[in-house]
Amino acid sequence: MLDELNDLYQQVILDHSRSPRNFRPLASANRTAQGQNPLCGDNVTLYLEMAGDVIKDISFQGSGCAISKASASILTEALKGRTRAEAKALFARIHELVTTGETAGADLGKLAVFAGVHKFPARVKCAILPWHAAMAAVEGKDQPVSTE
Amino acid sequence: MTANPVSPQRPPAALESLRADFPVLDQTVNGRPLIYFDNAATTQKPLAVLAALDHYYRRDNANVHRGIHELSNRATAAYEAARARTAAFLNARSTEEIVFTRGTTEAINLVANTWGNAQLKAGDRILLTEMEHHSNIVPWQLLAQRTGAQLVYLPVTGDDGLLDLGRLDELLVPGVKLFAFTHVSNTLGTINPVAELCERARQLGIVTLVDAAQSAGHLPLDVQAIGCDFLALSGHKLCGPTGIGALYGRKERLEAMPPWQGGGDMIASVDFFESRWNTVPHKFEAGTPDIAGAIGLAAAMDYLDAVGRERIAQHDRELVAHAVEQLSRVNGLRLFGPRTGRAGVVSFLLNEVHAHDLVTVADQFGVALRGGHHCNQPLMKKLGVMSTARASFYFYNTRAEVDQFVAVLREIQKFFAQ
Ligand SMILES: Cc1ncc(COP(=O)(O)O)c(C=O)c1O
Repeated sequence: MLDELNDLYQQVILDHSRSPRNFRPLASANRTAQGQNPLCGDNVTLYLEMAGDVIKDISFQGSGCAISKASASILTEALKGRTRAEAKALFARIHELVTTGETAGADLGKLAVFAGVHKFPARVKCAILPWHAAMAAVEGKDQPVSTE
Repeated sequence: MTANPVSPQRPPAALESLRADFPVLDQTVNGRPLIYFDNAATTQKPLAVLAALDHYYRRDNANVHRGIHELSNRATAAYEAARARTAAFLNARSTEEIVFTRGTTEAINLVANTWGNAQLKAGDRILLTEMEHHSNIVPWQLLAQRTGAQLVYLPVTGDDGLLDLGRLDELLVPGVKLFAFTHVSNTLGTINPVAELCERARQLGIVTLVDAAQSAGHLPLDVQAIGCDFLALSGHKLCGPTGIGALYGRKERLEAMPPWQGGGDMIASVDFFESRWNTVPHKFEAGTPDIAGAIGLAAAMDYLDAVGRERIAQHDRELVAHAVEQLSRVNGLRLFGPRTGRAGVVSFLLNEVHAHDLVTVADQFGVALRGGHHCNQPLMKKLGVMSTARASFYFYNTRAEVDQFVAVLREIQKFFAQ
């Protein structure tokens, strides 16, 4: 029981939820997108500075649970400097990871800490919400996205 | 509040034996005995209700009102007996004052779409309170959009979660056509003085609607003593099945209201281009109703009356007083709602732990809580939080469960402090 909890709330997740990285608005942003979880009212805003096809800088703001905050924080680290295509490929893998616990052999680095989420179906949305917002921003959509 | 005879006060231990009537309570979750503290969302069902549903489907199943044959007669008799049972449960003047609905939400929507459409016009005001559930806000917002009426809110005082009755003189004034409010707050546990509020409204000729979703299964209810025009309830929050609930409406009001949904059963006669409506309450029950649900609801009401509704209320009071006392000893716990005189619902936040994280960890200890905005987003805004964690009790819950829950909260605190 506590093993599963420790899998879900790994130290890296607790650390990022307490001191989120890149947690601020981004003055140079040319794309923003919002994610909203209608179940809890939580929301996250992603700020992206795209230079052509590359995510030059990225930050976020919002309120949420430990899982969604840590996910957003680690996401900003993982996506900085990536191309649009790389970001989309990474999203596909993180999606697979949090729903199945599998990484398809890929080395996801720090993102691998989210493997424990798949045992908590009600929490998958929390982990994936910032990713939906990031993908919407990468695609150049700036309307709010939702977990539903 | 009601004329119900007060049953002899027995210690809560006497209610503990009723747990045997609820097979669902007897299980382990994540390796721990289940502690079900999500009763404000829905209550568990006793064997008597399961048996009533089973009997209906095994022996009596048929459509109601239109049949001549034996089974249809039985189904019709049972369905209408359930209406009479509901009328008695609420002390309504007659069975015609009870309309079966899917639940509280549908009952409120029915009033908004029939009474509201017929009576409201641009500039009229609808007075609500800041502690309403979304189901007692959104139907009125839609009505306001259709008619140009305006919504006004009676404020909540703050974390202690009382209605700011000092503002009533200023807000409950001519020009207000409807005052709709909850009896018991599903987040704060506040018990509102419904009879007093209805009396104040009646003096000004203002129509009242009471959301009894959280009170119907917990407090003795008497619509005549409350003096409301409308009252809405959900069966699933009082030991009954999901999918069934009721609208109580004063007969004169129901008769003056146009129908809502059209279809079979709600008509007296249908011609190619126009129809005549059936009498109340049938005018508001288009199509085949939830017959089994109504029968299950009546069984639930029988069950609650056999337990004793004053006794249930007493148990709620004792359990929540114990919970509030224990919780206020937990450092870093912010408790919402009144300290005393409250219903068996407690909302809280623990240090910086988000409600969703808290509820996830509690579940690993077998404790079923709820975390979120509880369909009270405007209230959350007022309280300055995004969400809360909530524990809500029923008569089958025990002091030992409350103690275990508080011990689990301390574990959670440790877990997130690591
Ligand atoms: C105060 C209150 N009103 C209305 C409702 C809506 O009830 P239902 O979903 O059964 O229609 C609820 C249920 O959560 C409630 O707590």
